[in-house]
Formats: sequence, structure tokens, C-alpha cells
Amino acid sequence: MNIMTEAATEELLEKKMNAVPLKMVGKDVSVYYGDKRALYDVNLNVRENTVTALIGPSGCGKSTFLRTLNRMNDTIDGCRVTGSITLDGDDVYDPSIDVVELRARVGMVFQKPNPFPKTIYENVAYGPRIHGLAKSKADLDLVVEHSLQKAGLWNEVKDRLQEGGTGLSGGQQQRLCIARAVAVSPEVILMDEPCSALDPIATAKVEELIHELRANFTIVIVTHSMQQAARVSQRTAMFHLGNLVEENDTDKMFTNPDDQRTQDYIMGRFG
Amino acid sequence: MTEIVSQASGQLTSTAPARRDIGIRRRYAAERRFRFYGLAAIAFGLVFLFLLLWSVVGKGYTAFWQTELTLPITFSQEIIDPNNKRETDPKVLQAANYPVLVRNALAERLGVASSDRAALRQVSGLFSDSARVELRDMVISDPSIIGKTLPVTVLASANIDSAFKGQFDMTVDEGSRRVSDQQVAWMDQLVKDGVLAKGFNTGLFVNGNSSRPEAAGLGVALVGSLYLMGIVLVLSLPIGVAASIYLEEFAPKNRLTDLIEVNINNLAAVPSIVYGLLGLAVFINFAGLPRSAPLVGGLVLTLMTLPTIIIATRAALRAVPPSIRAAALGLGASKMQTTFHHVLPLAMPGILTGTIIGLAHALGETAPLLLIGMVAFVANVPATPLDPSTALPVQIYMWANEAERAFVERTSGAIIVLLVFLIIMNLGAILLRRRFERRW
Repeated sequence: MNIMTEAATEELLEKKMNAVPLKMVGKDVSVYYGDKRALYDVNLNVRENTVTALIGPSGCGKSTFLRTLNRMNDTIDGCRVTGSITLDGDDVYDPSIDVVELRARVGMVFQKPNPFPKTIYENVAYGPRIHGLAKSKADLDLVVEHSLQKAGLWNEVKDRLQEGGTGLSGGQQQRLCIARAVAVSPEVILMDEPCSALDPIATAKVEELIHELRANFTIVIVTHSMQQAARVSQRTAMFHLGNLVEENDTDKMFTNPDDQRTQDYIMGRFG
Repeated sequence: MTEIVSQASGQLTSTAPARRDIGIRRRYAAERRFRFYGLAAIAFGLVFLFLLLWSVVGKGYTAFWQTELTLPITFSQEIIDPNNKRETDPKVLQAANYPVLVRNALAERLGVASSDRAALRQVSGLFSDSARVELRDMVISDPSIIGKTLPVTVLASANIDSAFKGQFDMTVDEGSRRVSDQQVAWMDQLVKDGVLAKGFNTGLFVNGNSSRPEAAGLGVALVGSLYLMGIVLVLSLPIGVAASIYLEEFAPKNRLTDLIEVNINNLAAVPSIVYGLLGLAVFINFAGLPRSAPLVGGLVLTLMTLPTIIIATRAALRAVPPSIRAAALGLGASKMQTTFHHVLPLAMPGILTGTIIGLAHALGETAPLLLIGMVAFVANVPATPLDPSTALPVQIYMWANEAERAFVERTSGAIIVLLVFLIIMNLGAILLRRRFERRW
């Protein structure tokens, strides 16, 4: 499991010393669906320009936590969130924060690729257009091109931007969704099991992409695959039954976790 | 079929393993039976559809042709204006005895003496009394034709029309027939002379109602139905779609919205005549809108169509995958942007289909219109939706109650017109659906 080179580990430790700034901070976050409690006082920090992986068995609350970060839970009837989540120090659940603005800063990629049933161009251009990020058509073209390049899709689709986004393969669709999220220039990108519907080759491409995106974005990714968490993330948080069990550097987490439950889960004893 | 070596005999024998009875035969038999029932049900339906079309088209297609008489008519001054007072008294031209002009022209052609009063009365029975209006309008619009002889086409009387189309049983005793042997003989003679012939019945689509079947047309009913459809479309589509979008995308799910949903579903099942009573009470008695007006009819049919459109629209909205909403919301689109940019376009084919089916339903609706007075005898095409009018199904209902033989074919003809409109609307629904779905 020890896939990190020594140099990388050192580099990471050094970074830690320099105290990577905290992008998002969850404090005593509890989530209720009606009467059912899904999260119990979770305290979790998301560091800037870092990939944070959320792992844990099904139904442990990792997706729920992810969706509190950009308030996607608001769309669920009877969902209630207590505690506080801050983005650069501002509470995202504060009434003065507009959810539309929040989601423009905290983008999201979903489990199943869900491109709009429109052209590839329209898919990417939609976000910048509604937020007024491009002043002219040429501007918008540029944003679309850059976003597709960042998502590693440009070379594959540059000749068919006007074709339907749903005509792409599953992996391409997911990268299109990533390009769509990137086009809004968010600060944080949330990914909810982005590779669970993809084949291994498409998965590898998306993981590579996550690596590259880290330079410009803060990424939080929910994954079922332990290997994936180990491959793409620098920080890992382990959830179990609605509780945050452990949050640690990824290499420490997969070699010498502090908590017995993490050890058991990683070794495949439950989950 | 596996080959195994029998241990006991040591011989090579081929024995199939004992097969379990898992009811394969029974299952296939059940499937065959079900297929037969299905085919029988379809055949049953097709037979009745065929019978319906056969009886309607068989009776009604003749209504699209009308027997006409084309002959030179002398606009004689002695008959129209014997005292030469038309310059001073406009009533003269209004009240002149125009049918006599036609009668005289026909009598001359058939060689009937002007002294034979009984024969002249029979000649009068050959052509429609609507000639009075036709000739009067000609003379009033151009009084200079008085004294001239012009070829004019007038309608044959309903009885001659029916006889010419072979709808009378000529073996019946002359006294109990509506055309005499003499008239039939004249008819044959006029056909030979090229005076009497069948032409396309434009009057059926243009004329208003008339007690003379040969002159009765669907003009008023068509315009009335057009007004109704326009009003229903303009009111029920935006109201229905707005209500559905609010209920489906914005409204909180609580007891109140549940109650509203249940009530909308119930309203869709309320008998249409109840809507008619509601319209009578609210729009006519309370709001004071005019009776028999397409405006009131349109409002009533809107109320009746709304639940259908709301239910269809909500179903179409619900069928849009939630992942599309999540994608748009996740990008920071507002709820309204999500709905109008993504959800509504995807739901459009379903909404349009529901709307057109609701409209088709409204087009064929009769009962509520009877209650708000759209069952009146209306001869003049309504200029605005506030003028008295009828509608296609009501006109069919009224003609079906008439006694004359000639109204039978008119009734069926009107049914054909109504069915053609319904088929066109349903085709439109299918085409719109195809078109919108192909875009993505």
C-alpha cells in the first residue's frame, strides 16, 4: 500500500509544516433526514489545493457530508443541517450567503455522468453563460476550449463541439462534466464517486485529471475504492455509521492508521 | 442427453437424466392463450372502428356534394319591381318575390304552361327556397341587372338532392314519397340538358345553420369551434403549465399540496356537464357574460381541460431525470434557470401531447356547451367570441334531431369533418413529439 515515495512524503510533511491554509472547515456538522440522523458532529477540514478523499462503507454519510459542502442537500425535502461549515471563513449556511453564489464557488461532479442533452459546447458554456463570466462569444469560446483542455477532453472533441454531449462514451461524458464544473472557475470541486460508473481505462484518465486539477482547485472526492483514495488523495477521512472515524494524511492512513476501525476497513474486514 | 456407462450392465447406454416437470408446456400454452386473447381484443376493436367509420363515411360522404341547377334567369322588372319604386323605397328589393324568377325560368325550360298552377307548384319544389336570398343579394349589390338575363346557379331542393343521390326508395307509392313521378321525370330531363348537376358543397363549410337542409352549413360551428379552441389554448396552456411547474418544482411537499394534487386528479374525473352548470352559474349568471358566446364556452372548456393538462405536464416534468436538475443546480443555476433551461425543454414533448389531447377532448365536448346556450339556432357567422355561436359537436347534435332525410347525410358529413379535425390534431401531437425528441 505504500505507494508514496519517500521524497513525496517528505514534501508533504514539509507542506504540513508550512500549514496549508484551510479552504473549508466543517465544525460539529450533523445532518438529519426527517427524524433520521445521518451525520454525528463531524469535524473535518479541507485544505487548499489538496485532494481530500472521503472513504467508508456504504451509508456511512460520506456523500451526505460532501453534499453539505455546497448545500446540495437543500434540494432534499426534510433535510436539516446543524453545526457550521465555512468557506474561507464564511459560514455557507449563513442566511447572507447566496446558494447560487456558493455553488459557483464550490462545483460538483456526480456519480453518474450527467451531461445536459445538448451539444458538447453548450454543456461547457452553460455555467459561464448563466454567471456572466464571458463578455463575448470569442471569450466564451476560449473558456470552453480551456475548460475542455483542463479536463483532457479537448483533443478528442475539438472537431465535434456541436455534437450531442450524450453521444460521448461514459468516460468522456464524465470528463465533460468535469470540464463543465471547471468552466465556472470554482475554488473547490466536489466529486461524488466520479469513477464508479466508468471502466478502468476511463477511471485512470479521470484520476490523472484529478492530479492535474489539484494545482488550481481544492478537491474533495468520495470514493469506494481504497486504491483510488490512495492514488489520488493527500488527505483521507474515514467515515463509519455517520461518524468521522479518522482524518489523516493519506500515506499514514493506509500504512499506520490511528483507529482500529480504519485498519479493519482498509484490510477489508468490514464494509 | 449425456451418455453414461451403466455400472450394472457395463454396457454403453444412452439415458437422458430424469427431466423435472417444470411446467414448460403449461407456460407456453398460457402464453399462446394470452396472445390469442390479445389478438382477439385488437380484432374486436378494429371491427368496431371499421363499422363506425363505414357507417359514418357511408352515410356522410354524399354531404360533400350538393345538387345544383344552373340556368339563365331573367330578372324581370314586372316581378321584382312592378311599380318602379325601387329608387324611393329600398324595401321593394328586399321583399320582392325572387323564387318566382327561378320558377318561371325552370317552367320555361321544362315547357310548363304559366297557367298550370299545380304544375308550377311542382316546379317550385325542384329548387331550394334559399334562391330567394341568393337572388336578392345579387340584385341589391347590383340593381342594374334588373331586366337582364344571366346564368345563375341555385341549389336544388333537399328532396331533389336526395332523389338525385338515390336516397329515396322509388318503389314506394307516389303519394307517400317526397318527390312526385313528374318531378323525377323533370329531374332526369334537366340532367340530360346539363342544367342539374352535382357540385362540391362549399356551402357546407361556409353557410350558417338553416332549417332548409340543402342550405344548412357548418360555417358558424367551425368558426365557433375555432374560437373555443383558441380560447382554451391561450388560457389553459399557460395556466396549466405554470401550475404544474410550481407544484412539481417549487412547492413544498406537505399536506396542502397533497390535497391540491388529489383535488386536481378528482377534477379530471368530474363529468363535463357539471362544468357546464358551473359556467352557467359563474360566467353567465354571476359575471353577466352573454349566453351562447364562444367566450363563455371557451372558459368552461378551459376549466375542463386544465386538470388534463396539469396531470400530463406534471407527469412529463416528473419523467425528467433528477440528475439533470442536480447538474444544473450544482453549476450554480437558480431553481428557475434549472427549470426553464433544462427541465421544461425536456418535458416539452409530453406537455404538448397532453395539451393537444386535452384540446381534442375539448373540441369534441358537447354537454357543457348545451348548458351555456351554445345549442342555439345561429345563421350568421359570429364576428367576435362574444357573438352567439354553436360548435361542431353541438351542430351534429342539433342536426341529428332534425326530421328531414337530407339532414342525415349532413349529420354524418359534420361528423366526418369533426373526425378529420381530431385526426389532424392527434397527428400534430405525434409530429411535435417526434420533432422535439429528435433534437437531442
